[in-house]
Amino acid sequence: MPHLLSILIWLPIAAGLGVLLLGDRNISAGRWLALAAALVTLALTVPLWGRFDTGTAALQFVEKLPWIPRFQAYYALGIDGISLPLIVLTAFMTVPVVIAAWTVIESRPAQYYAAFLIMEGLMIGVFSASDALLFYFFWEAMLIPMFLIIGIWGGPRRVYATIKFFLFTFLGSVFMLAALIYMYVKAGDYSIASLQALPLTLVEQRWIFLAFMLAFAVKVPMFPVHTWLPDAHVEAPTGGSVILAAIMLKMGGYGFLRFSLPIAPDASRELDLLVIALSLIAVIYIGFVALVQQDMKKLIAYSSIAHMGFVTLGAFVIYEIVRATGSTHGAGLGLDGAMVQMISHGLISGALFLCVGVLYDRVHSRQIADYGGVVNTMPVFAAFMVLFALANTGLPGTSGFVGEFLVIIASFRASFWYAALAAVTLILGACYTLWLVKRVVFGAVASPKVAALEDLNPRELVVLGSLAAAVLLVGIWPAPLLKVMQPTIHHLLTQAIATKL
Amino acid sequence: MSLESFAPAIAEIWLVAAICIVLLVDVFAGERRRGLTPTLTLLALALGAALTVQYGEVARRTLLFEGLYVADELGWALKLAGFLVVALALLYSRSYLENRSILRGEYYVLALTALLGIFVLISSASLLTLYIGVELLALSVYSMVAFDRDSGVSAEAAMKYFVLGAIASGTLLYGMSLIYGLTGTLSLSEIAVRLHGPASPGLILGLTFIVVAVAFKLGAVPFHMWLPDVYEGAPTSVTLFIGTAPKIAYFALALRLLAYGLAGVVAEWSQMLAALAVLTLVVGNVVAIVQTNLKRMLAYSTIANVGFIVLGFVAGTPEGYSAALYYTLVYVLVALGSFGVILLAASKGFEADRLDDYRGLYQRDPMLALAMMVLMFSTAGVPPFVGFWAKLRIFQVLWESHHLWLVVLAAAMSVVGAYYYLRVIKLMYFDAPAGALPPTARSTGVRFALGLNALAVLLLGLLPGPLLDLCARLIR
Repeated sequence: MPHLLSILIWLPIAAGLGVLLLGDRNISAGRWLALAAALVTLALTVPLWGRFDTGTAALQFVEKLPWIPRFQAYYALGIDGISLPLIVLTAFMTVPVVIAAWTVIESRPAQYYAAFLIMEGLMIGVFSASDALLFYFFWEAMLIPMFLIIGIWGGPRRVYATIKFFLFTFLGSVFMLAALIYMYVKAGDYSIASLQALPLTLVEQRWIFLAFMLAFAVKVPMFPVHTWLPDAHVEAPTGGSVILAAIMLKMGGYGFLRFSLPIAPDASRELDLLVIALSLIAVIYIGFVALVQQDMKKLIAYSSIAHMGFVTLGAFVIYEIVRATGSTHGAGLGLDGAMVQMISHGLISGALFLCVGVLYDRVHSRQIADYGGVVNTMPVFAAFMVLFALANTGLPGTSGFVGEFLVIIASFRASFWYAALAAVTLILGACYTLWLVKRVVFGAVASPKVAALEDLNPRELVVLGSLAAAVLLVGIWPAPLLKVMQPTIHHLLTQAIATKL
Repeated sequence: MSLESFAPAIAEIWLVAAICIVLLVDVFAGERRRGLTPTLTLLALALGAALTVQYGEVARRTLLFEGLYVADELGWALKLAGFLVVALALLYSRSYLENRSILRGEYYVLALTALLGIFVLISSASLLTLYIGVELLALSVYSMVAFDRDSGVSAEAAMKYFVLGAIASGTLLYGMSLIYGLTGTLSLSEIAVRLHGPASPGLILGLTFIVVAVAFKLGAVPFHMWLPDVYEGAPTSVTLFIGTAPKIAYFALALRLLAYGLAGVVAEWSQMLAALAVLTLVVGNVVAIVQTNLKRMLAYSTIANVGFIVLGFVAGTPEGYSAALYYTLVYVLVALGSFGVILLAASKGFEADRLDDYRGLYQRDPMLALAMMVLMFSTAGVPPFVGFWAKLRIFQVLWESHHLWLVVLAAAMSVVGAYYYLRVIKLMYFDAPAGALPPTARSTGVRFALGLNALAVLLLGLLPGPLLDLCARLIR
């Protein structure tokens, strides 16, 4: 099937516009259209995965059309081993979001579905663009639906949260744009490959690295620019939180791998300790912050920041490995770990937010104190919640284990202390997650509201069941995922280790 | 001189004829057939555009009327844009004027004379023509601001505009006289030839006066004081008019005068403009944040956008001028839409100019809110809308001319700017309507035009290539 990537991008967007045109009056048709579009998009990723050649690091499914001849900018798409899993994740996570909204969203439902479908297309666009200008185009355009999702369907402080979200990300991206244009002026075109090949002095690399870092660190988010995330998560509707945690945060990690490491390898080597230090702060300090949260969504949001710390740690620890051991042996594990952690965190955090959504729809509270003993009235739900919580703590057999394990092993090769500090998360993560489960799920029935709870309906069962299956699949059998990424990671490692000077 | 040789000036010639016709018809139509003049004016504009397309195009740069008038592709394209913009502006304004009982023929005649001034300015090849264009445009606009003669605020705004504008004209004239004294010619191309080598103190003095006048006309800080008051005080239809077509003219003023005529001293004026641009960006964006009146906020947003246009000139290269041209055209397109939204939201006795009047606009009028959202995201510079490319182009020419700090400042200021545009969207989409407000205007035709306007902002954002190429081709 030619133009598979274009179809993946524009089919959800077209369907989103279709739902918008159907309007709130025909919302039952709109819902089915949204679901059909999300499912078809997901189905289309099957041939994408199937026909992906795992033997090469070169871009595949390449499409190239002239877009803005004046800037030598092309509508150029193509994927490699690090974009493919993220695209599949995007397509996969949109389906539960659509299903979860089925009866829950009552105000302006057509726009809700439209916003998420358009988001899906734009996000797939971000992961598949092989032209930096096109990448930026999708990257920024994505802010608009998210801004509206939080602002329209969010909680009481939604306006503050959404404007903070927009301005934080906008601030980061604008400087990335300035850096991209600087490189365009030097390179003469915007293709990511030629930016990666562009020779740059150390001073230039440093500034470019910092500009990129601002953009990606806000998205990941890294300490100390993480403050927008808890606000955004708490106020966003369930679907918004899911997409935010599962996909949008990954764009920061993706940006580091796609832009920072290959374009500014020398600056990355020079400033790696900065990133590693911020990652470890995120892992430990934010872990403690998560411990004291009273709001379930806020707790998961902080847990996200801590887990994303592993992504940046895994990506940048490679330089320390080379420095400590003098060889790249084992450095690939860090990058592998970063990628697996992104996929796994996408599944787990999305699932946890959906769990909170299930409870919130029934009780209309996110406060931990309002719950207790949910297992007595919702045993099936409790089973899922415990599974996802254990995955979040990194239990072997779940996807959460694989990523963290790989990153910790890689850190060990660099220095015992990095590994030791990173491994604190195994304790901290267990503390805040299991304590959350203990207070919400177990114990005696805390209130009449909890006593009146009804267990999962079939719709919710499908949603959580499919996510549970994915979490277990990646946890038990991560080999296909690692195999798809392998050549690309290898290539990325050579790019990142090489010097441009 | 044969008759065909006047063909490149067909736009101006037709416009003069049209002004006479509209004036006469309006006198004879009388009170009862009020609707005739607006329709006739739109017809005249359409016919003018058609004539310009048919006869006005020139293969290469031609001088007419003893070298006072230049016809080139740039002028041709800008005039077509002028026809379109003024037609849209008048179309959007009609029901607003009707509701305020100021739907008079003179309004349309003044709009046409202003357009004539714009055309003269666009095509000027000598300091004299340039000045005539500036004054014709300015005088028409002063009277338009005061058009609602019973309104004290409008009268005050007009007075302020007139007095400050007169000072600016004086400055311009004085600067021109110094340049004339130094070069002994009024022709811009001759001035360009005769000015080279190191700049003398006299030349710098003349240049300073000219830069001040251009900055005043554009609304660059610290010569911007008139702009917020005039935008707020004038009837909204006039604000719409001032905010759009004249910007094209003042772009042409800066281009013909500074970039072409005074090209020999580009290093000097580009430094002056850099300082102005920095001030303009900071003041425009920061002060806009605290406004409670939408018209006034858009006035400061205009100032901020002027900062970006000036940045294009700071680069001092054809690339820079074409970036400024692109920015100007994009800005005009977006400003047309935004003020158009205000005009549609207003009704008899209700100006709809406070930001609070837009609370919950989505619930009252989804289509209007959608259009406004598109326009606001576009001015904030968010893709997929065209405003993004305008900003990108400015960043690009600044990098090419090695203005690192201006890039950083412009980038930071576009984030500050994003805040107050987002606030408008927040009011429309996230807030509930505050009390009972009069319904928005229902005229289908105008809504259709506004929809097309917003659609153009999106389409030009998705496929920016053609307009970018056009702007680059026009400036060579």
